[in-house]
Amino acid sequence: MSMVPTLLKVEGLSKSYGGVHAVRSVSFELRAGEILALIGPNGAGKSTCFDMLNGQNMPDSGRIHLLGEDTVGRKPRAIWRLGVGRTFQITATFPTMTVRENVQVALVSYGRQLFNFWGSTAAYAREEAGRLLDLVGMGAYAERPCGELAYGDLKRLELAIALANQPRLLLMDEPTAGMAPRERIELMRLTASIAREQSIGVLFTEHDMDVVFEHADRILVLNRGSLIAEGSPEEVRGNPQVRAIYLGEGLVYDARHREGAGA
Amino acid sequence: MAFYFVQFLTGLASAASLFLVASGLSIIFGVTRIVNFAHGAFYMLGAYVAFTLTERFSGALGFWGGIVVAALIVAIIGVLVEMVLLRRIYHAPELFQLLATFGLTLMVQDIVVMIWGPDDLLGRRAPGFKGAVDFFGQNIPSYDLFLIALCPIVLGILWLLFQRTRWGVLVRAATQDRDMVAALGVNQKWLFTSVFALGVFLAALGGALQIPRDAVHHALDLRIIVEVFVVVVIGGLGSIIGAFVAAVLVSELNAFGILIFPKISIILVFLVMAVVLIVRPWGLFGKPEAAARRTPGLTVTPWRPLTSGERLMSLGALVLAAMMPLFAGNYALTVGSEIAIFVIFAASLHFLMSVGGLASFGHAAYFGLGAYGVAFLAKAAGLPMIVSLLLGPVLGLLGAAIFGFFAVQLSGVYFAMLTLAFAQIVWSIAFQWVEVTGGDNGILGVWPERWAASPANFYWLSLGITALVVTVLRVMVFSPFGFALRATRDSPLRSEAIGINGKRVQWTAFVISGTVAGIGGALFAYLKGSVFPDSVGISLSVDALVMVLLGGVETVSGAVIGAIVFKAANIWLVSQTDLSKLVLGGFIVLMVVAFPKGIVGTLETIRNRRRSADTKSALATSRIEVAE
Amino acid sequence: MRRRHLLGAGLAIAVAGMAGSAMAQSEIKEIKIGEINSYSLLPAFTEPYRKGWQLAVEEINAAGGINGKKLVVISKDDGGKPADAQTAANELVSSENVAMLAGTFLSNIGLAVSDFANQKKVFFLAAEPLTDAITWSKGNRYTFRLRPSNYMQAAMLVEEAAKLPAKRWATIAPNYEYGQSAVAVFKKLMSEKRPDIQWVDEQWPPQGKIDAGPVVQAVAAANPEAILNVTFGADLVKLVREGNTRGLFKGRSVVSFLTGEPEYLDPLKDETPEGWIVTGYPWYDIKTPDHDKFLKAYQAKYNDYPRLGSIVGYQTIKAAAAILAKANSTDPEKLIAATEGLSMPSPFGEITFRKIDHQSTLGAYVGKTALKDGKGVMVNSVYRKGADYLPSDAEVEKLRPKQ
Repeated sequence: MSMVPTLLKVEGLSKSYGGVHAVRSVSFELRAGEILALIGPNGAGKSTCFDMLNGQNMPDSGRIHLLGEDTVGRKPRAIWRLGVGRTFQITATFPTMTVRENVQVALVSYGRQLFNFWGSTAAYAREEAGRLLDLVGMGAYAERPCGELAYGDLKRLELAIALANQPRLLLMDEPTAGMAPRERIELMRLTASIAREQSIGVLFTEHDMDVVFEHADRILVLNRGSLIAEGSPEEVRGNPQVRAIYLGEGLVYDARHREGAGA
Repeated sequence: MAFYFVQFLTGLASAASLFLVASGLSIIFGVTRIVNFAHGAFYMLGAYVAFTLTERFSGALGFWGGIVVAALIVAIIGVLVEMVLLRRIYHAPELFQLLATFGLTLMVQDIVVMIWGPDDLLGRRAPGFKGAVDFFGQNIPSYDLFLIALCPIVLGILWLLFQRTRWGVLVRAATQDRDMVAALGVNQKWLFTSVFALGVFLAALGGALQIPRDAVHHALDLRIIVEVFVVVVIGGLGSIIGAFVAAVLVSELNAFGILIFPKISIILVFLVMAVVLIVRPWGLFGKPEAAARRTPGLTVTPWRPLTSGERLMSLGALVLAAMMPLFAGNYALTVGSEIAIFVIFAASLHFLMSVGGLASFGHAAYFGLGAYGVAFLAKAAGLPMIVSLLLGPVLGLLGAAIFGFFAVQLSGVYFAMLTLAFAQIVWSIAFQWVEVTGGDNGILGVWPERWAASPANFYWLSLGITALVVTVLRVMVFSPFGFALRATRDSPLRSEAIGINGKRVQWTAFVISGTVAGIGGALFAYLKGSVFPDSVGISLSVDALVMVLLGGVETVSGAVIGAIVFKAANIWLVSQTDLSKLVLGGFIVLMVVAFPKGIVGTLETIRNRRRSADTKSALATSRIEVAE
Repeated sequence: MRRRHLLGAGLAIAVAGMAGSAMAQSEIKEIKIGEINSYSLLPAFTEPYRKGWQLAVEEINAAGGINGKKLVVISKDDGGKPADAQTAANELVSSENVAMLAGTFLSNIGLAVSDFANQKKVFFLAAEPLTDAITWSKGNRYTFRLRPSNYMQAAMLVEEAAKLPAKRWATIAPNYEYGQSAVAVFKKLMSEKRPDIQWVDEQWPPQGKIDAGPVVQAVAAANPEAILNVTFGADLVKLVREGNTRGLFKGRSVVSFLTGEPEYLDPLKDETPEGWIVTGYPWYDIKTPDHDKFLKAYQAKYNDYPRLGSIVGYQTIKAAAAILAKANSTDPEKLIAATEGLSMPSPFGEITFRKIDHQSTLGAYVGKTALKDGKGVMVNSVYRKGADYLPSDAEVEKLRPKQ
């Protein structure tokens, strides 16, 4: 393991809003090809953490080393340029374009062709877009209007978009929220296989513990902004503190609640 | 000292009427998201109806009763408008309701002249408030004091209504999140209707209360509507308190401003708005707008380039249009040139508005700058026509680069209003800087050189440039840049997350759009042989919006068709009838109801429906679950 | 999308109707005049104007037309926009083949049509625009103007104003070219006659959007002895109301452009301020045979009293007919030759179109406002001939561009 490079190194990350500590002194590392889950009850600080890693939010203190660079204060688009793919809790795609075009836009950006006023986007990196769509199992839907897709398909499309810049790290905020149970497993299986194959590190948050325990190599547990446990699924499962505050009835409730809100 | 106090009170009295109208507009916008252009028309109707009632019924009861009844009558008219017209188009693309209310406004202008005659009408003075109160040698009209007192009372009543009644709670909830109210199972229809009625009532009351101070005439609506919009935006959309503070702020700045700069009134409100929006992008009391949720299923047809068959047909149509000089007379050719120029103008706004999702309410600024650019180069510098035509639009480019930089920091209605403010600032420079621009008397004698002077040659020139510009813009729509622009429009979150610098992309689009508008303006200057501040005016900006909306804001070629239909109808109607506003307004209202997606949008929908029926597509609509 | 296809089709449809009328030029049994005015924007002024010219057309044709040909006036609305006025002018000239253009109210529209006339070599008789530029700084050989100009009206008012003892003056004028040049000319002429006076305040409310309260207060604060007013229409109503209530006009002389015209005076009803020195049209007080004849005919036809616009409309077409009759041709050069120096009767007495600057010598009435039976009227009115209030020929030569 020691030969595998560290993709992400977080040290003492903190953020508070008006006296409330949303995240306090969180530190962890993520290595290439590793799938790391960030879990915790609602309001534990997962999203705040994610937003800081992604550049949407400024930490009060702490360091973030992404792929060897200090990224605190950088905009999301700059972080993306470093090789970080991102999916959102509620999918963010371009509903007025076709599925293929959604991916092509990301490829255009990756190829630094955003200010090309004259070329044809339809012809730009068409095969590459098709390949990415095939990879996530959306090849048959390439010419469909994105606005017509079912939610599960949108999630898969988002994954294809996130893979367009040949990322070395994927940040996925509740990748399976709002999906049917069978779809969840499928999507995460797909993500895991891509990650292993291409040696991409994955950091994801998740409410569905089946998904977490099946796919995560390691798990971080957040509660009230602090990291309370870290380890393999078995270690976390056996941690009495985690069981006490997180793995009780709240989980079932949370998952249902989230499903309702996400749809 | 007494003078300054009285000047302050006078400012407050001016603020009172502004506040009444502005609060109504703010409430309507807050809940229904309708940019109600007809608000000024309701204000004017309130004044006219109150005039009739107060003339008919004498005494104090007749007067005050007349004022209130007038506001009620107009509110009922408002309810009818909402039920018959607006309800049909709530689900139309954003801003489409603006088009409908604009049509209504045009109609009302002619209708009031038909009913009440063309003369300015002088209403009664308010019984008991005819005189003035002496304040250390300064006279304060007692009616001003009445208005000053009324203003906080109305504010208080509205506050109670919104804080203490179930209806008020619903309205506030709807202002914050429309979808939530729908989810609560509230009858949204009647909530909208009642809100619209209240807003119209306040507008009409504001108008009715003006009759002791003002003359009643058919231009009252335009006099107030823009100013009221500005007040609402300065205060923050949907905020009643904001409207109140903004009305007072604007009125007081005017009252004291004219003591130092007597010519400030003409531009003051726009300067204030520009400053406020740059410093506080959501107005003084507004909250950041929640990202607009696109209605799912509305735009599921992605844009596509022309097929080769369509390209051929377009080319054929262009050739046909180019053959017009063979059979048409000089007048027809000049009209043809004018329509072609407006196609350029509409296409330029379309690029910003449809592709970029940025609806500019001040697009005439760049059209006018192009026209003035040509006038300066041709008249002052004496440059040849070709050079002027090429360099004139540079002024539009520069204007767009400067104003666009600030404007793209905002979005939605705030973007629209900041562009309006910039356009008004340009307009007032054109209007006031008489030594350079000739003021409202304009710059004359900007005629084309001999080679382009004949109507046929000028028509070919205009048509050629139009075809070129439309083609280039279209290519850009489907270029990587066009996709980046659309991506920014569709999902700012996602586009940022794939490395797109949205503000830079939008700014670039703004500059492109402004430059193209400038090309239209440059041609327009040569077509008319002169340039007037009108070319920068609000009504031209509104025309551009109407053309894009009429054609279909969610289509690629809507602007072209919208411009042709609107401009041809406009020129023809103005030539044929003095009631052109009534007919044109009626035409627009009918189009809105018949083609809620615009002309091209509706045609595309029909074609798609046919196509999918043909192929018996298995693509069930039930698959559309969630778009975003 | 078939965008250019539709573009072409749209253009074709748009022009089909227009092209038709151009070809339908019948045997010339009639003479057409193309008339343009801001009918939809300014109905209060253009309605009486229209009645005036319609009366004139009727009278001319009843008397046998123009050298035996029937006079036809084709009237177009410009909506208050210079660009639309040009479109209308173009239609009238290109499609309707009118012999001349006439009309317009607003100065900028008058200038736009005048420039069009110059470019297309068409005769243009401007009816109402007041700007001095149309005959002087931007004058051209194709354009003539009927109404007394800004300068002439200012000179008439200055003659009276200079007699006032007042030394401290304030001005209130709408913030656009008309207001600015009215104030500038008035100040210049006044200061020539009365070097002792001071200008203590000036207010420039936007045209049509006066916030009268603060304006009145601001003027009052400067404590002038006399006030020059150039606002009109709804602005005037607001100004008068606020001024009356706040006592601005008490003990102060007021000199006011155009306020004596029924268009502007009548809406003031019983709130008309008394004693203002104004230019205007006291139709009830004019006892000349020329005017009597006009007044009777107008009242008989419309059962209404004439406004100043009625006079302007009437005389515009009468003048056009006289020009066409004398030229006995529709050639613009011949029309110009016929008009320069042409004299003709008018309801205000004989007028002449000057050769030097194409301005007519139509004058205006100067008098004082008063209240009579709850209505505003002009009293002690005197007709001032236009010819007496124009600068010397040498000065005019300098003002007009060399052709």
